[in-house]
Amino acid sequence: MNADSFETVIVETDLLILGGGMAACGAAFEASHWAKKHNQRVTLVDKAAMERSGAVAMGLSAINLYLGLKNGKNTVEDYVSYVKNDLMGIARKDLVANIARHVDSSVHLFEKWGLPIWKDDDGNYVNEGRWQIMIHGESYKNIVSEAAKNALRELGENGSYHERIFITEPLVFEDRCVGAVGFSVRENMFYVFKAKAVLDSMGGAVHIFRPRSVGEGLGRSWYPPFNSGASTYFTLKSGAEMTCQEVRFVPVRFKDSYGPVGAWFLLFKSKATNAKGEDYMQTRAGELEKWAPYGSTKPTPTNLRNYLMLLELEEGNGPIFMRTDEAIQELVAQIPDEKEAKRKMKELESEAWEDFLDMTISQALNWASHNIMPEETPSEISACEPYFISSHSGASGAWISGPEDLAPGEHFWGYDNMTTVQGLFAAGDASGASSHKFSSGSFTEGRIAGKAAIAFCMDHPEQVDVSDEQIATLKEQVLQPLKIFEEHHGYTNDEDVNPHYLKPKMFMFRLQKIMDEYAGGASVGFKTSEALLTKGLEYLQFMKEDAEKLAAGDLNELMRCWENVHRMWQAESHLRTVLFREETRWPGYYFRTDHPSMKEDWEAFANCRWDPDTGEWIMIKREIL
Amino acid sequence: MPSFVITEKCDGCKAQDRTACQYICPNDLMVLDKEKNKAYNRAVDMCWECYSCVKICPTQAIEIRGYADFMPMGGVVQPLRSTDAIMWAVRFRNKMVKRFKFPIRTTPEGSIIPDAGFSTGTDDLKGPQLRTEPESLGTELYKK
Repeated sequence: MNADSFETVIVETDLLILGGGMAACGAAFEASHWAKKHNQRVTLVDKAAMERSGAVAMGLSAINLYLGLKNGKNTVEDYVSYVKNDLMGIARKDLVANIARHVDSSVHLFEKWGLPIWKDDDGNYVNEGRWQIMIHGESYKNIVSEAAKNALRELGENGSYHERIFITEPLVFEDRCVGAVGFSVRENMFYVFKAKAVLDSMGGAVHIFRPRSVGEGLGRSWYPPFNSGASTYFTLKSGAEMTCQEVRFVPVRFKDSYGPVGAWFLLFKSKATNAKGEDYMQTRAGELEKWAPYGSTKPTPTNLRNYLMLLELEEGNGPIFMRTDEAIQELVAQIPDEKEAKRKMKELESEAWEDFLDMTISQALNWASHNIMPEETPSEISACEPYFISSHSGASGAWISGPEDLAPGEHFWGYDNMTTVQGLFAAGDASGASSHKFSSGSFTEGRIAGKAAIAFCMDHPEQVDVSDEQIATLKEQVLQPLKIFEEHHGYTNDEDVNPHYLKPKMFMFRLQKIMDEYAGGASVGFKTSEALLTKGLEYLQFMKEDAEKLAAGDLNELMRCWENVHRMWQAESHLRTVLFREETRWPGYYFRTDHPSMKEDWEAFANCRWDPDTGEWIMIKREIL
Repeated sequence: MPSFVITEKCDGCKAQDRTACQYICPNDLMVLDKEKNKAYNRAVDMCWECYSCVKICPTQAIEIRGYADFMPMGGVVQPLRSTDAIMWAVRFRNKMVKRFKFPIRTTPEGSIIPDAGFSTGTDDLKGPQLRTEPESLGTELYKK
């Protein structure tokens, strides 16, 4: 494939939304309204097809964030305390509150748009847990993306979306982000998007750590394999300050297919036990006191629940089981009438299967393959490999401005959700320290950021132009893997084995090996130390050099090359921040064996910034306000 | 193998304006072999088993064979998705079959009006109130 044959397409807009998932759709919905009033243009760019892109592509069986404010079920303060405790004190209260105060509105819109939400006999939403409501969510993303597209259509020629364009680099002019570049994964076209404001909502990061399954099952990551760290890369390369890059998420899920456990724990009130049938949340309750005050507050933080399970495994008490059989039998036993009990059994069975079929179909296939009927047989659960996902129980992302009316002085710098780079906004998995947003909160955060970004466009009407020279340099850099392949592939008998270049797949495996073995991956029980991290960073430097020699035989491989460069940057920011925070605060996510306990002076945010002028990493400790 | 294409059933979407599976795959895995006029999954170990291709295929030519590195053979989960519901057939390794049907949408496809009948209570671009609020919230917006 000849890199010189690429046409350059220039698209000028006012607000550029990067990504097509829940946050991006929320941004498109919201920004379109304000853009129409103020005659601004909105352009969305997705690497896939919006109808099924992002983490909700497969569907969901629950909306994990709904407060029920109108019925007085919960308060915004309740939610903020819950999130802060779950993250062992590390959260931005202003950001969490901002999402929580708007999120019900988003859910009410989803329902009107056509999302079937479970209702009880009185017409109220059925709660799975305190904050979670049950949905028939197979088409959740189809519905939300249709609303986003229709919102953009309301702008006429001022609204547009581009699918199958992979964004690789930010366009930065002085201290301002003024666009992005990328390429089509379908035809030989290099795209330049010039904008007044840019909203980064390209999802979290998967396949940074070596997954537990490395054959075909490599693709069965808990979070989608196509979330490849583009968000973090984009903000880092723009020079934005990042936060909580150490706060990875290790989900405990049904073993191997990674089916959800929420409905089992919350809706069906199931227990998880070790092989002897002991409920480790009870037998090991004493351990939680070591992590006070967070460990002694209910509900027990996610990472501590993981930790108690990991302790069981370390002592050889595995496998760990979700006691689905006991849970279902107990629920049915509560019904004295035999006929009614039979009906209830049927209903529970259907609910149990729908939970997987709506959002992790592979787990239903796993049950079918193993002849597992959940009402009869318990299923194994296990800790997955680590992920970067600030919308769930992780926290990594950009350090952003809070809202003027809720943020403490230092946490407000002009526009909600703007990063420390002018004109660059972040939402969903791209923004940090505001965990537990989930699908509805990510959509909501996209709305908040989308509105603020239009306000920024109005205040900064000048279109900052970038030079043709800068664009030419970026184009050469982005297409370089094609050129390297073209030049050298004829040298050997096997295009994957060549001393002049490296293919993206092996590059990814190398990254995963480093992260797994040195940064506390699943195979080493999530343990690491200064010595291991230092060694890991050393190996990562070799990778950074070798990244210059990535080669791509076609457009798909070109995308894989850049996805893995993005992953490498996410990995480096993680390694450096885990090293910086000299304590163990989330023992069920990672354990610093050289600093095995929580320290008071680390009741703080660990932030970092890569300086585009010097190429240096700057580590910053920030107070929790 | 995760998603695979049954050769006999795939017609390369010749009657459509685009290959459905290639259009939808969120990981850009499905490709049309133009010579054979058949689609295929180009990187099975990057497949999430999300079933987007299975659900959209107009000739039901795509199925999923569970990841061979941890799933015993013989299990099949196959959907049939219409505009308002999805039907699932779950076949166990021991040949037992279970069927489920769930609603997926309460409105006709393509009918969504973004505001959904809610009005926006402010024109203030700098204020905290969002599109359709406070009506869509059903209560006043929280303030400190």
